[in-house]
Amino acid sequence: MRVGLFVPCYVDAFEPEVGIATLELLERLGCTVEYPFDQTCCGQPMTNTGCHAEAAATEALFVKNFSGFDYVVAPSGSCVHQVREHLTAIPQTDEVRHVRASTYELVEFMHDVLKVEALPWANFPHKVAYHTNCNALRGIHHARPSELVKPYYSKPLDLLRLVNGVELVDLARPDECCGFGGTFSVFEPAVSAKMGYDKVADQNRAGAEYVVSADSSCLMHQKGCAERLGLPLKYIHIAQVMNGAAA
Amino acid sequence: MSARDAILAEIRRNRPSGDFPLPELPLFAPLVGDDLVAEFGERLKRMGGRVAEPQAGDIFAGVRERLDGAKVIASAVPELTGNRDLRSIRYPQEVEDVDVAVVRAVFGIAETGSVLFTEDQLIVNAVAYLAQHLVVLLDPADILPNVQAAYRRREFGHSAYAVLHTGPSATADIEGVLIHGAQGVRSLTVVMQPKTA
Amino acid sequence: MSVEDLNPREREGVIHPEVRARDDESERAQDGTRLQHAEAASKPIRAPQVREPQPRGAKIRGNRPIDQAEAAERFLAAPLHQAAHDERLWDLRKKRDTSAHGIPEWEELRELASQIKTHTLSHLDQYLEQFEAAAKANGVHVHWAKDGADHNRIVLEILKSHGAKTLVKSKSMLTEECGFRHHMDANGIEVIETDLGERIQQLDNEEPSHVVAPAVHKTRMDVAEVFAKTLGTDPDNDDAHYLAESQRETTRPYILQADAGMTGCNFAIAETGSVVTCTNEGNADLSGNVPPLQIHSIGIEKIIPKVEHLGVFIRLLSRSALGSPITQYTSHFRAPRKGTEMHMVLVDNGRSERLGLEEFWTSLKCIRCGACMNTCPVYRRSGGLSYGATYSGPIGLIIDPTFNKRKYSTLPFSSTMNGSCTNVCPVKINIHEQIFAWRKVLVEEHQIPALKQGMMKAAGAVLSRPAAYRAAIGAADSALKVLPRFAVYNPLNTWGKKREMPEAPRQTFHAWYKQNRMKDTGR
Repeated sequence: MRVGLFVPCYVDAFEPEVGIATLELLERLGCTVEYPFDQTCCGQPMTNTGCHAEAAATEALFVKNFSGFDYVVAPSGSCVHQVREHLTAIPQTDEVRHVRASTYELVEFMHDVLKVEALPWANFPHKVAYHTNCNALRGIHHARPSELVKPYYSKPLDLLRLVNGVELVDLARPDECCGFGGTFSVFEPAVSAKMGYDKVADQNRAGAEYVVSADSSCLMHQKGCAERLGLPLKYIHIAQVMNGAAA
Repeated sequence: MSARDAILAEIRRNRPSGDFPLPELPLFAPLVGDDLVAEFGERLKRMGGRVAEPQAGDIFAGVRERLDGAKVIASAVPELTGNRDLRSIRYPQEVEDVDVAVVRAVFGIAETGSVLFTEDQLIVNAVAYLAQHLVVLLDPADILPNVQAAYRRREFGHSAYAVLHTGPSATADIEGVLIHGAQGVRSLTVVMQPKTA
Repeated sequence: MSVEDLNPREREGVIHPEVRARDDESERAQDGTRLQHAEAASKPIRAPQVREPQPRGAKIRGNRPIDQAEAAERFLAAPLHQAAHDERLWDLRKKRDTSAHGIPEWEELRELASQIKTHTLSHLDQYLEQFEAAAKANGVHVHWAKDGADHNRIVLEILKSHGAKTLVKSKSMLTEECGFRHHMDANGIEVIETDLGERIQQLDNEEPSHVVAPAVHKTRMDVAEVFAKTLGTDPDNDDAHYLAESQRETTRPYILQADAGMTGCNFAIAETGSVVTCTNEGNADLSGNVPPLQIHSIGIEKIIPKVEHLGVFIRLLSRSALGSPITQYTSHFRAPRKGTEMHMVLVDNGRSERLGLEEFWTSLKCIRCGACMNTCPVYRRSGGLSYGATYSGPIGLIIDPTFNKRKYSTLPFSSTMNGSCTNVCPVKINIHEQIFAWRKVLVEEHQIPALKQGMMKAAGAVLSRPAAYRAAIGAADSALKVLPRFAVYNPLNTWGKKREMPEAPRQTFHAWYKQNRMKDTGR
């Protein structure tokens, strides 16, 4: 199985260890992983701002980098949602459609494609609050959102339960958006930050030591908010936890 | 072109493309148990209404205190004689001083604790809102299991006015503080009492 | 343990407990459990004990784009208001969840409701004609209004022809759209809102901030201040019971003396020609049953084909809005009372045009339950008035631009597009996807600031050229400097004002990969 690794721009720049953990984890699970060297971004910052024309060249580059793989895997629900649902600024050739359909977020790739049932190397003896990124939750269906009257499931929690020692704590508002929202965090900073403050306060009240998520962007925003409020919370990507991070 | 024709023409011009058939409504299983009287009473209480048990010899035992304290009672039922004759009312404003109105419901709904009235039961529609308190007679045999069953009844297509009451008038527009008697009745009490032939 | 001990906090903050009648039944059910039907909170909301001036809504400057972010920031600067607002609406969302999860067929009901609405909207001309014919056969006068001005003119003519000077009305978002009250004021007609929340807003000369709870952004102290000024209540008494009772007592004479009554419309039934209203206060029934002349204003998208379809919508509406299984009153007005006149005004006001917008016409399915507002994390932290439009919150973001693309061009950007709104919508409007689609339309029609579009153009230029991107990100000063350039691209550094900046890693993933995994390849 040839897997193309997409390391989103935020991860590349600010959380390189998330990219490393994703790479190592996929290799441990038996995948042949390649990292296309000319990759940049999925085009989401422009597309989400309505600037589709401005995203076209970036989207074309993404497809050029990632065509020819069986799967494209990224440690970000948000970016995968962009590729799968919104990479539409360029003509939808067979190549484009193939790349879009074969792009997976790490958790769903491990859960649905690799069907991982054990992570014997992973040990994380901490109280953990899991943060569901909104695009991962409602866009690529990581879990049953609290609004819907459907049977409960959660792919990330299924995987976290394979990690030895993880003790999950419950949030009062588990599915509430943390306020990052891409460029929203910049163009509407007051509301964005307030949402972040409320989110980290909820995590803190729940008794979490660590907040784990499949999205670095939400984590970066929340970490910035928690630090500003002086809360002792630590933020770590699920790829690192599953790869055996000692924390 | 009249506004009517202009609107209809614009609608026709902008008709969404695609086929959108009207779905058949399945008959949903009632969400209530077999004891419709108990289920109705429970739901009504959750909506702020009350249930008063009739006693042998006094249908109105459960609301006797309220009736005794009332100066003006308007009764639309043969089971009670009030002191304001609804059939002689010419203008709805004339019932504004009614303390207690007594009416019979067409039916009840167990799913919600609602009761239905039409102009036939109310005689003066406004009395169900201008009165301070409402006492409702309901035949236990007239309780339907759910809202869906209610909307299969003919009253909605044949009455000039049909209204489902579920408990009393309520508001919580100020800080979520629940208050009964926002504009309409301050209380609604249902007395289970079979219809007399 | 007595009932009083169960929830002692509830007693706090009541300045004049004596205004509560000894036999007040509002708080407790017959069995003593706490009641939470209608709009009631499931627990007492943490109401402020100190006076904090009420934050006001967006500044309206003619046709200029609404600065929602600015108004939201002022709302957030009133933390007591914001916290109470957030808590109250989140409580409604939770009550909605509890209620929905009690109905096994909930998702099927949503799908049916959606299908009934899309069917009706795609055959709207036929159903409107059927409705009109049925209503006329019932002895109702039917009018058609192309827009808000037309509606106001028609109603004024009806009133004038009856010599009517006063009108009591129940809540109607449609009449808000039409600017109805202002028009009537200008023409010497006294209009009295009879919904408590709407009355508060009328007396405070403010728009409703929420479609179901118009005064939800106000604390009881704000209401006490408004009522003291306008109704002459005790300015120091902010007990909700006292305030509500004062409103009841002062409104009742208007209801009794009004020349005409008006209601909005939740559902209009084509087969019977009936108007259905759903209220908790019974004020629509007073407006419709007391004055000798009754007028119902109906948005043309409110049509549903048959009575049996109410068996779907009524089960969804109040549960979605408030978590209550049904509103206290569900009223079906079909024909006039003996000796009185009944008028129905079918209002378009942009709806037939919206029907032609391929990506946005399904927003006409909306039944105005407010569930999307209750769940919206941005709305709860900004207040409905920050949107500066008739419709606020998620549904407002996708409807308002159809009224005025320039003025409301900013609104679709006041969202994180988290999608919770779509999931709670009882008629399955894909709200967050329409927000996304509106952004594209607004950019294409040059309705977003040139600065913003310029940033995106620059970002796109860097992100589509690996060498330029690497040059930017690989600069000696670490990635920190380029966060603004390539990712959020923000010359104002709004990130750092409210949040700590991320630490700069020693090297990017790209550099790590090159160093650790590409030695053998010789690149």
